[in-house]
Amino acid sequence: MIVAGVSLSSIASWFGDAQHWRGSDGIPHRLAQHLSICAVSLLIALAVALPVGIVLGHLRRGGLIAQNLANMGRAVPSLAILIIAVPFLGIGARPAELALVALAIPPLLTNTYVGMAEVDDDVREAARGMGMTATQMIVRAELPLALPFIMAGLRTATFNVIATATLAAEIASGGLGQFISTGLEVNDSVEIVCGAMLVVALALVAEGALATLQRVTAPAPLRHHRRSRTTPDQLEDNPDAIAYDPA
Amino acid sequence: MLLTSQPWVRWSWVRTHLHVIRHEIWQHLLLTLLAVGIGLLITFALAGLARAWRPLEGPLLAVCGTLYAIPSLALFAVLVPFTGFTTTTAEIGLVGYTLLILLRNLLTGLDAVPADVRDAAQGMGFGRWRLFTRVELPLALPALFAGIRIATVTTVGLVTVTVFIGQGGLGAMLFEGFQNTFRTEELVGAVLVVALAVAADLALVGVQRALTPWTRRAS
Repeated sequence: MIVAGVSLSSIASWFGDAQHWRGSDGIPHRLAQHLSICAVSLLIALAVALPVGIVLGHLRRGGLIAQNLANMGRAVPSLAILIIAVPFLGIGARPAELALVALAIPPLLTNTYVGMAEVDDDVREAARGMGMTATQMIVRAELPLALPFIMAGLRTATFNVIATATLAAEIASGGLGQFISTGLEVNDSVEIVCGAMLVVALALVAEGALATLQRVTAPAPLRHHRRSRTTPDQLEDNPDAIAYDPA
Repeated sequence: MLLTSQPWVRWSWVRTHLHVIRHEIWQHLLLTLLAVGIGLLITFALAGLARAWRPLEGPLLAVCGTLYAIPSLALFAVLVPFTGFTTTTAEIGLVGYTLLILLRNLLTGLDAVPADVRDAAQGMGFGRWRLFTRVELPLALPALFAGIRIATVTTVGLVTVTVFIGQGGLGAMLFEGFQNTFRTEELVGAVLVVALAVAADLALVGVQRALTPWTRRAS
């Protein structure tokens, strides 16, 4: 069998080569770099997007801003952020993280906002009637109901960040993209295909893990009719929020 | 020269390189329009298939979704051995990435056409083709246009990545500026990419408003 002009046996022997499993050019090291870049970016993006989305959604203000930010995020290419940040942050993981934070914030912010703002008025009324303070209302009533939306946003953001982190290799930040860019330089299709397979596999594993997390964290009454699929499906939840870039 | 000691934009360079800038904008626009145009044609064909035989819808969306998951740099790179450092290579990748967004939005739009409306049209003697062109498609246009807008803006950004396979449009300026540590070229490239995306989005909003006058009052 042939994958993109590369035979399965050459792919198998690439992965079987002990050379590709050790040292700073090996799969484990580059996987660790890739994961670290992605994790740092996602954590920063969450720290920014969650509080802002929760507060704006609770107040039901600034929906237009949240929506337009998502569109703007799509318009600014990650490659441009990456390249322009280099003189300020130096060559390495920092500019990559900046570009990925910018990529991750829009879907997180939009989905958090929509999730909070979509909470039924009756629920908010009931919570208020029970004497809940604003904080209690957010933590006990609105946030649990918004969680499926927030998780959908996190899945989109994670998926995009993992795929786009491959570009980081182009400015020497390492990660799995290094296999692809090296393969492109020396014209080695096997290395390109194997590098791509590693990135896709990582994205799918993360996607599966988050889908499980989404199911587990969903409030029990919402669980049965909200089936998670392998592809992010927030189109059904919110047609305007399919921010989902293959960069 | 160190990048940090450079002025943000050296206007003399911009003045002497206007023809280069114009050429790259044109190139960028062409790559984008071709990708979204071809993507739309394929989307209509796929939507036709999915509607002719419903069980096909799931697998079709799954294939487009998988295509979407491949990092763009990798997809362009694996195509190079076959189609070389050409526009064709760039377009195959770019078209591939538009399909999921366009197909999902078109199908969602078609599904949202009320059964009553379809019944009424059939009762008036509309055949399959007329039903699609005169009733279903117009009603699905807002959803389809939402998809076209996302696909176009995404493609404008993605075109920059094709610089690694010798294309790139404005991405070529970005990358050349990076390699020569020349900030002016980087910045002009970046600003124009964003401007192009915003302009394309606004133009599409205009086209949509012209095509669907009945939605204007609602929005």
